[in-house]
Amino acid sequence: MRRVSLLSAACAMALSGAAFLSAAPVRADDAITIVIKDHKFEPAEVKVPANKRVTLLVDNQDATSEEFESGEMKVEKIVGGRKQIKVMVGPLKPGRYPFFGEFHEATAQGAVIAE
Amino acid sequence: MLASLIIVFREVLEAGLIVGIVLAATQGVAGRGRWIALGIVGGIIGSCIVAAFADGISSLFADTGQELFNATVLLIAVVMLAWHNAWMAQHGRELARDMKAVGHAVRSGEKSLAALAIVIGVAVLREGSEIVLFLTGILASEEGGIATVAAGGLGGVALGGLVSILLYAGLVQIPTRHLFATTTWLLTLLAAGMAATAVNFLAQGGMLNAGGTVLWDSSAILRDNSLIGQALHVLVGYTDRPTEAQLIAYVGVVVGILLLTRWAAGNSPSNRSRVASAAE
Repeated sequence: MRRVSLLSAACAMALSGAAFLSAAPVRADDAITIVIKDHKFEPAEVKVPANKRVTLLVDNQDATSEEFESGEMKVEKIVGGRKQIKVMVGPLKPGRYPFFGEFHEATAQGAVIAE
Repeated sequence: MLASLIIVFREVLEAGLIVGIVLAATQGVAGRGRWIALGIVGGIIGSCIVAAFADGISSLFADTGQELFNATVLLIAVVMLAWHNAWMAQHGRELARDMKAVGHAVRSGEKSLAALAIVIGVAVLREGSEIVLFLTGILASEEGGIATVAAGGLGGVALGGLVSILLYAGLVQIPTRHLFATTTWLLTLLAAGMAATAVNFLAQGGMLNAGGTVLWDSSAILRDNSLIGQALHVLVGYTDRPTEAQLIAYVGVVVGILLLTRWAAGNSPSNRSRVASAAE
């Protein structure tokens, strides 16, 4: 009994965090597309508006999975072979934000320019 | 081959550190080896399943399946860690009073082993599924991929295991009396860091659109993706560019677990019997 109440208290703690979530996802008007081909990004540099939420659409045209990652933009997402993913980033201050494909880091390098 | 070993190791590192902390936190508990092994094996099996259905998971909930999955398993781990710490606060004191050595209090953690096994399981699951996808990609694309996969996979996992053992060996140098307090804090900060990471997944998926502003940038001093940065990320939840929402989640979980353990300690059987005998 005591164990149940402890667990429910722990759950209540987790649920209270859910209160911060907005009910419906806010989607940016237009997604900015980045294509992965032969383990390279095309275009390797994309421009996005600064100081607002932006959606990046990553289109993997290779047969193998990639992990789209950027510490600067705080994103990390697996893109399956011949699949597309979307990630929301920002609001970004004006500047250059590198990203890379973790599974093919030698060639898969790019950057977002916020301005 | 070295590149794949490094990638596998980086993924294994997080789970390896968590196993090390749990090993230290359960020092002396009978049957802990079985539970920890269960967590690891369950996580590995789960990794293969998640990797096999990765595209399916990713396309769920308007393409936010990956973020929701990551955030959910992280929050499950947070709840399990909170419950473990509260359980220890409730039962540790009573056993410490009855038995001479505080070491016995740590041994009483047996019943919360299942919670910690889940924490290990989901850590292995999260990182493991990425390793499976990465290695199957090599298998599919390269000549002689099997040698690379075997060397990278086994080498990376072996290095991760070494990290677990080193962290465990280091932690158990702490005198038993302080070991319990230390691991309780480590588990609390581990939970807080996981909550902050979960919040970031929700932001990336577009489910959390407030509090996305980065508060400070300490990447010039210590980058997230450096080895030390990654280790500190697991141990204390370090991140070089925390957002407002992440800081709120981090502080919220630390305060929440402290209040929960305090409440649990006040609610312990020994405390209640003391109150009862005073009333007689």
